Amino acid sequence: MYFESFEAFLQMGRHGAYVWSAYGLSLLLIVASLVSAVRAERGARQTVRRLRQRANNAGENAK
Amino acid sequence: MFLASLHRELLLVWRRPAEIINPLFFFVMVCSLFPLAVSPRPALLASIAPGIVWVAALLAVLLSSESLFRQDHDSGALEQMLVAPQSLYLAALAKMLAHWLLTGLPLVAIAPVLAYMLHLPASGYTALFVGLLLGTPVLTAVAAIGAALTVGLRNAGVLLALLVLPLYVPVLVFGAGVVIYAVDGLATDGVLALLAAMAIAAWTLAPAAVAAGLRISSGN
Amino acid sequence: MWSTLVRWYHQLGSPRYFYRFSTVVLPWLWVLAIVLTAVGLVWGLAFAPEDYQQGNSYRIIFIHVPAAGAALTGYVAMGVAGLVALVWRMKMAEIMIRAIAPFGAVLAAVALLTGAIWGKPTWGTYWVWDARLTSMLIMLFLYLGVVALMKAIEDDRQGARAASLLSVVGVINVVVVKYSVEWWNSLHQGSTINLTRETTMPAEMLVPLLVSMAGIYLLFAVSVLVRARAEILRRERKSRWLQEEV
Repeated sequence: MYFESFEAFLQMGRHGAYVWSAYGLSLLLIVASLVSAVRAERGARQTVRRLRQRANNAGENAK
Repeated sequence: MFLASLHRELLLVWRRPAEIINPLFFFVMVCSLFPLAVSPRPALLASIAPGIVWVAALLAVLLSSESLFRQDHDSGALEQMLVAPQSLYLAALAKMLAHWLLTGLPLVAIAPVLAYMLHLPASGYTALFVGLLLGTPVLTAVAAIGAALTVGLRNAGVLLALLVLPLYVPVLVFGAGVVIYAVDGLATDGVLALLAAMAIAAWTLAPAAVAAGLRISSGN
Repeated sequence: MWSTLVRWYHQLGSPRYFYRFSTVVLPWLWVLAIVLTAVGLVWGLAFAPEDYQQGNSYRIIFIHVPAAGAALTGYVAMGVAGLVALVWRMKMAEIMIRAIAPFGAVLAAVALLTGAIWGKPTWGTYWVWDARLTSMLIMLFLYLGVVALMKAIEDDRQGARAASLLSVVGVINVVVVKYSVEWWNSLHQGSTINLTRETTMPAEMLVPLLVSMAGIYLLFAVSVLVRARAEILRRERKSRWLQEEV
């Protein structure tokens, strides 16, 4: 590690607030976007499963 | 065929002169708001005059382009244009040319008056005039693409602005910049040539994009 | 070599093959992307040496530059996909446009935010009309235009095709924007401060930067694949192959 102590790492000279807020905001935005993507995919997959089940049920009823 | 559709477009607008006059009024009004909002000091106005005139002209073209295809869309004439055997490229070109002749050109003509009211130094007039003459066709061409993509949508106005304004950045930068060049006594030929190149590129490519946009918007 | 590429192109062009391909690739890509991003960022934050001029504030570079680079690459990729969608009417290309735009816009916003925060200790202000920041702002506007257009058009296919055309026009525009903004910046020099550091970066800084760059690009790829899958699932929900696949 470049810094001598954990406090020094958090403080980053006088620039801690800038560095950490930049990283925090960035990660927040990136993670939020990824989560919404994953959710959309999962939701769509569940819809397809439901449609399949309905199709299967309809097929069995027809028999 | 091209001349016939150009004639039709010009005639259509000619019957409703408000379509020519309203953008002009808008242009004049926006320009006169700035001295009221900023300050009437000639020195200050002179330094921001190129930017004011260019932004106001850009907004006037943008606003007036919203109705570029709307009427044809509502009346069903657009559908006919799409299925007609004639080239859609030429039809789009005719529309753009008519729009520029009736909106862009009057703006260019009146711009020196506004520049005078904003105390633009005399050395800037040629660059402003020629720059607008070369730049407004680009503004019209880009706005036509946006109008083609948004025709038939509800609330197309704000959306059109969102799509088109970022595309206007280069013309605005070079158009207003060349006036500053001229006022500072620098050679303007290079930048004006660049604007001319942009106008030529825009007018060769944009009709194809407008045609594609109209096809997409009408769903075929 | 060429024929392999062409075959790939055709295979990935079919939603069915693409879906299977992404099912296999995604878990690995997730792991690789998260590991590389984490390693790059932690390395940059904690282990890279301090910059002798800017102190520790320069550490923002490890997120700023990858985000800016990926946002630009994404926009160009969107333009290419748009061209393919318009010319060959390829379904997958339309899906790609919709998949790229959201994360691209997020990365452009990240680049702007981090640039602004970095500006405060470096230039003494959060915002300077610096050529790069301005270009990135316009890039964000261009992304937002594409997203807004897609949202405004109800029909999926029509929206994707409209966005294709807009992003092709946008890519042509981006080249001119870059040039014009640089010219504009030189025109108004004196009112702006230039932070173009032409000094070469020492390896202790460059390597973590490259690692986090690879990580962010891979995260972008992951996001695109996931969103493209969601789109395929939505569009093809009634087709048999997909119902057997899930």
